[in-house]
Amino acid sequence: MATTFEVVAEIISDTSDIPLEEITPEKNAFTDLGIDSLDFLDIAFAIDKKFGIKIPLEKWTEELNENNASVDEYFVLSKLCERIDEVIAAKDA
Amino acid sequence: MLLEYFQMIDAVEALDVDQGIVSARSNVPMESTVFEGHFPGTPLVPGVLLIETMAQASGFMLLSRFNFEKMPFLANVTSAKMRSFVEPGAILNIEAELEHDGSGFSTTKARIQSDGKKICDCKLMFRIMPFPNETLRGNMLDRFSQISRS
Repeated sequence: MATTFEVVAEIISDTSDIPLEEITPEKNAFTDLGIDSLDFLDIAFAIDKKFGIKIPLEKWTEELNENNASVDEYFVLSKLCERIDEVIAAKDA
Repeated sequence: MLLEYFQMIDAVEALDVDQGIVSARSNVPMESTVFEGHFPGTPLVPGVLLIETMAQASGFMLLSRFNFEKMPFLANVTSAKMRSFVEPGAILNIEAELEHDGSGFSTTKARIQSDGKKICDCKLMFRIMPFPNETLRGNMLDRFSQISRS
């Protein structure tokens, strides 16, 4: 069974036309991979559909805007996948 | 339908906010300055305005779901297919349904038919944002009120 990172990397590669081998866990989706906010909506949509969840993008954005979190905490891919796993676990609980 | 003013929806005929389904109607005017250029001697509703029509039907459905507290802005159009020409005087039946209610975005599927014939269809994504000002919110409420009574 594919890991969350493998699934997310595949989605990013498909939606943003980035070679799969360039997508590694320590990369920041925005600053390292050059994904913009519109591309990220496509990615979020694909992740939501794949896992049957609703990534709380609005809440994350709010926390970033209020300086309660850094961009890396959400958008470095390893961290993003941890957060996705948390949302999946909450859904299954 | 006033093409020059981007008033694409004449009447909302059915709206199920919980299910995220809307159907609407528009009458294409016999005359419009748009037809002077598109095309001289062969007036046709531009495909981009048909996409706008599907976006507005989707938009009013989404506005209703958000109780007019947030505004859907068109962000992405995919799989748009223009299947038939639309001439002046056509009556358009527009349908849209919520595909996904995401966080900060929504996606819909929309289509237009006329006289039982498929005109066009597409998938739309909207970025859901706070209204930039009260004027826009007021205008959206007024317009929705007008087309809901028609």
